[in-house]
Amino acid sequence: MSRAMRNPLAFWGLVIIAIVLALALLAPVLAPYDPDAIDVKSILLPPSTAHWMGTDGLGRDVFSRMLFGSRISLLVGFVAVGIATLIGVILGAISGYYRGWVDVLIMRLVDVMLSIPTFFLILAVIAFLTPSIWNIMIVIGLTSWMGVTRLVRAEFLSLREREFVLASATLGARDHRLIFRHLLPNSLTPVIVSSVLGVASAVLIESGLSFLGLGVQPPQASWGNILTEGKEYIQFAWWLSFFPGMAILLTVLGYNLLGEGLRDALDPRTNGKGKK
Amino acid sequence: MSDFILTAKGLTKIYKQRSGKFGFGSTTIKALDDVAVSVRQGRTLAVVGESGSGKSTLARCLLQLQPLDAGEVHFEGRNLAGLNGSELRAARRHLQMVFQDPFASLNPRMKVGDIVGEGLLIHKLGNASERRERVVRMLQRVGLLATDMEKYPHEFSGGQRQRIGIARALVLEPKLVVCDEPVSALDVSIQAQILLLLKELQQEMGLSYLFISHDLRVVRHMADEIAVMHRGRVVEQGDVARIYAEPQQEYTRKLLNSIPGQHRLAH
Repeated sequence: MSRAMRNPLAFWGLVIIAIVLALALLAPVLAPYDPDAIDVKSILLPPSTAHWMGTDGLGRDVFSRMLFGSRISLLVGFVAVGIATLIGVILGAISGYYRGWVDVLIMRLVDVMLSIPTFFLILAVIAFLTPSIWNIMIVIGLTSWMGVTRLVRAEFLSLREREFVLASATLGARDHRLIFRHLLPNSLTPVIVSSVLGVASAVLIESGLSFLGLGVQPPQASWGNILTEGKEYIQFAWWLSFFPGMAILLTVLGYNLLGEGLRDALDPRTNGKGKK
Repeated sequence: MSDFILTAKGLTKIYKQRSGKFGFGSTTIKALDDVAVSVRQGRTLAVVGESGSGKSTLARCLLQLQPLDAGEVHFEGRNLAGLNGSELRAARRHLQMVFQDPFASLNPRMKVGDIVGEGLLIHKLGNASERRERVVRMLQRVGLLATDMEKYPHEFSGGQRQRIGIARALVLEPKLVVCDEPVSALDVSIQAQILLLLKELQQEMGLSYLFISHDLRVVRHMADEIAVMHRGRVVEQGDVARIYAEPQQEYTRKLLNSIPGQHRLAH
């Protein structure tokens, strides 16, 4: 981790993520107004000292809505990635450890899933379900585990032949010991990197869904649906589109920077090696 | 029979490889072709041969780490190839291995104490404090410190890592140890120390070794008997002095002539 922090990409990524996380966690303390409080006397006010990011078409404070919206966006990102990583690690481990027909089956399933454009699959599934934040998390999670599966499988296939795994088998270790003590701990590095990058894409998907009205439902705020409202007033209330857009951009940028930075720092083929 | 701790015969291992333009054809490679070896109680059998001759495959097949296509491996009077999973795991306690690459053979994410103690844990030998004590004693015996238990493998040099690998194999008090090129990845100065350690431990613990090597100088130092492998077959087997003095096979002669600074055997 300390090696990762010497990487400027990872460092700035982490700074952005830390700021966004702090704002999300402290939303109830920091928010100057109730995010859902309608105030018809102050509709579409531009940013000022009273309303830092202006107000929307119903007179709600955009800054407060942004703060509470960040909680939704990040929650969706983390839970969806958690689901995807869990599925990916389990299937990848089974595939890489047992090989044979199980491996063939899982890998073909991965191929099928990858051949379908994820966003449209999610759209189609959400259209049948009631759009709620929980459904979104689950559906995003269930459609983004393929990369992790492939990574874990590849790690298992190569680690299986390593001498320390053979050594443990020679000692008389059973499958579960080989998997949980030897193979998994040594295959987590690429999983961490892909999970960090996965948060970025999950945040993006959630925003996209909410923007289309299939994600988080109003009046609950999310960056995506603030943007939707902004679309209607874009000619005379730029702040309604600008701030959520920037928030999404920065958050995704932060996770991508951290992910790429971690990949560089932890990849033994680049600069990771030789540092003891 | 009781003289031999391990006898193997008819060992055959075939690798199939796809060939041809579209992978429809297949060529077979006999990594082991009707190999027979036997190790005497308390002695060292060296298996020598050039790379690709099937030495490491032999080691892995003897330990049942790879399935055999044919053959029997009798260890302490039982055919290992006929045991089921749990019987085989139980038998492994007495049949250990020291690996070639000291950097690849230790799990980088486990502490040395856990690496060496893993076998004791697997075979449920003693309670936690007894196991700890045995690990400490074993580490000290191979020339490491009790405090090394808390360290990770990357904190050690190649020679020290190989000592850890030896401790891991021997803490179970095995009867037969397969050493797969145990010093070929080490500096020459370290090689002698590790070989000496292996010899001492053999005396103290009454171990039998199956010692795999391509280095005939090392083999001469370690072995009582030699089996020469070439292209998956044992071409010659016999007493170490006899093989060095009067090799019967052309291939053995060639191998011996390749030792640097030893032109005495040139004809």
